[in-house]
Amino acid sequence: MQQNNSLNDPPVEVNKSPLHGLWALTNRELKKWYKAPFILLMSLVQPFIWLALFGKAMNISAIFTGGSFNIPGLNIPKEVLNQLGKEIMKSTFGTSDYFSFLAVGMLSFITLFTAMFSGMSIVWDRRLGFLNKVLGTPVARGVIPMSKVLNAIVRSLIQATIVLMIATFLGMDVSNITLFGILGTFSALFLMVLGFSSFFVMLALRSKSWETQQAIMNLLNLPLLFASNAMFPAAFMPEWLQPIVKINPVSYATDISRQMLLGAPGMASLAFDFLYLGTFAISLATVGIILSWKFLSK
Amino acid sequence: MAIVEVKGLTKSFNGKTKAVDDVSFEVYEGEIFGFLGPNGAGKSTTINMLTTILKPTSGTAKVCGYDIIKQPSEVRRSVGIVPQEYTADEDLTGYENLMLCADLYGIPRSVSKQRAIELLKLVELEEASKRKVDTYSGGMRRRLELACGLVSRPKLLFLDEPTLGLDVQTRVAVWNYIKKLKEEYGMTLFLTTHYLEEADSVCNRIAIIDHGKILKIGAPNELKESLGGDLIEIEVREQGEDLSGILSSLKHVKEVRKKDSTYFVRTEKGEEVAPEIIETIRIRGFHMSKIALTKPTLDEVYLEYTGRKLREEQASWEETMAVQRTLKRARA
Repeated sequence: MQQNNSLNDPPVEVNKSPLHGLWALTNRELKKWYKAPFILLMSLVQPFIWLALFGKAMNISAIFTGGSFNIPGLNIPKEVLNQLGKEIMKSTFGTSDYFSFLAVGMLSFITLFTAMFSGMSIVWDRRLGFLNKVLGTPVARGVIPMSKVLNAIVRSLIQATIVLMIATFLGMDVSNITLFGILGTFSALFLMVLGFSSFFVMLALRSKSWETQQAIMNLLNLPLLFASNAMFPAAFMPEWLQPIVKINPVSYATDISRQMLLGAPGMASLAFDFLYLGTFAISLATVGIILSWKFLSK
Repeated sequence: MAIVEVKGLTKSFNGKTKAVDDVSFEVYEGEIFGFLGPNGAGKSTTINMLTTILKPTSGTAKVCGYDIIKQPSEVRRSVGIVPQEYTADEDLTGYENLMLCADLYGIPRSVSKQRAIELLKLVELEEASKRKVDTYSGGMRRRLELACGLVSRPKLLFLDEPTLGLDVQTRVAVWNYIKKLKEEYGMTLFLTTHYLEEADSVCNRIAIIDHGKILKIGAPNELKESLGGDLIEIEVREQGEDLSGILSSLKHVKEVRKKDSTYFVRTEKGEEVAPEIIETIRIRGFHMSKIALTKPTLDEVYLEYTGRKLREEQASWEETMAVQRTLKRARA
C-alpha cells in the first residue's frame, strides 16, 4: 500500500499483517503498569500481605503438635503426637506445612484476579473514546480483545513469579522443586489466565459501565476462589460443594501446581488436569475472541 | 474530483430511530468540507460510518475510492480521524501516544520516529513530548490529537468538533495549526463544528444536517445568498415621491419595501449596489439621515433551515457525558 500524498514523502510500505498493532496495544497496557512505580509496588505488596499475614497466621500445623494438645488420661509422648500431627498434615494438605499449601494456591489467586481485571480496561477504553479511535485504524478487530488477553497473561505470569519468590523467601517448602515443575506450573497458570481473561473481556465489551463490570467481578472472584482447592483441599469439603470444586478451572490449575511444585498427591492425574484446563482455555479464548470480534464489527 | 461519494446512507438504531436518513453528498478532493447541525443531528453517526466504525443499515459510500462496506481496511488506511474526545492515553507521554498511533497503522518504526518528531514540531509540542499527557492543557491535547490523526499521512482527515470547549485564543490557534498542516500535507478536510463563524471562515463548502437529513449544501456565500442576499436600509429626511419603483429597477436588487420614511432593499452584492442607491436618491434631491448594510450571517442560514424552536436535548446520555468530559479536560 502506498501513501504518498505529502509533497516530499517517499512512499512507505506499511505492515498489513493481520496481527499488526497487537504488541503496540499490549505494550500500552503494560506501560501503565511497569512505568508507574506505585501501581507496580501495590501489585507486589498485595500478594506479599496475603502470604505473610494470611499464610503465616493460618499456622495449622502448630495445632497438631504435642505442645498444643494431648488426650487427658492417656499420656502419649510428645514425639508421637508430633509424628501423628505431621501425618495428618501430610494426608490433608499433601505437605507438612499449610504455608506451602497456601502459597501454591496464591499463585492461582493472583492469576485469577489479574485475569478478571483485564475486562476493566476495555470498559474504560470505550468510555473515553479510545476504543473508537482504535476501531478507526486498520488494526484487525480481533486484535483488540487479544491485546487485553495478552496483557493479562504477561502481567499475571510476572506476578506469579514474584509470588513464588516471596513464598520461597518466607519459607515455602522447595525441596521438591524442579525446573520442569516450574515450567509445568506456569503452563497451567497460562491456560487459566487465557481462559478467564478471554471470558471477562467478552463480558466487558458488552457492558457499558464499569460499575457493572466491577459488580460481576466482585460477585465471581471470591466464590471462584473458595469453591476451589486453592485454600483448602477439596477432599475434605462437604459433598454438595465437591462437584462445584471439580468443575472450577481454578482447582485444576492449583492441582497441577501442587503436584509439580510440592510433589503433593493430586485431585486428579496431571494428564487429566492439563486436558481439562486446556479445553477450558482454548474454548473460552476462541468463543471470547470471536464474539468480541463480531461485536466490534457491528 | 470527489474523494467522498455518499449514496443513500442510512443508519437506524434498534430498528426504528433513523440517526441518518438516506443521505447523499460528495466531498471534493482538496477542499475543507463542514458538517453543521444541532446535537443529535446525525453528524457523528455519519462520520462513524464513513470511517467504518459503524456499519450503515443501508446505502453505501466511497471514501478515497474504496467502498466503506466492502473495503473497510483500505478506507481506514487512507483516512485519519481526530475524534471529538481527547482519546490520547493520559498515562503515556505525547511521544508515546504518537508512536502508538503510528504502530496501529503499521508504519515501520524507522519512518514513524521521523514523522513523530516532525509532527510534534509542527504542532509545537516538542518540549512537552516527554511529559505525560495528563499534564497537558486542553489546547495541547487537541494539538496532540491532530498530530495522531496525521501520522499516517491520510489523504482525508476527519475532524469531529476540533475546537469544542476551547477558549477563543486557543480556538484561533488550533485553526491555524489545522491550516498549516493542510498546507504541509495537502489533504482534504471533513469537519463538524458547532461554531458557525468558524465554519463560515474555514470551510469551502458546508452541509447543514438535521434529523438525519441534509437540508442544504453549498459554499458559505451561496448559502447566505440563498436567503435572498444583503439588506440595505435607507432612511430619508424628506417626505414626498416614493422611490421604490426606481430603486427596484436597479441591477441586482430583488425587492424593495417602504415603511414610513425608510426603504428596505433586498439585494445581491450589497456593497456594489449601495453607492448606486445613494447616487439615485441624491439625484432626486433627497437627503439621507441613515444608511445600513447588513449581510446575512451563517447563523441566520442555520436557523432558517434547522428552525428556531428551542430543542429538547436530543443527544444520548452517553454522548452528553462524552461532551462533558471533553469540556472538562479542555478547560483543565
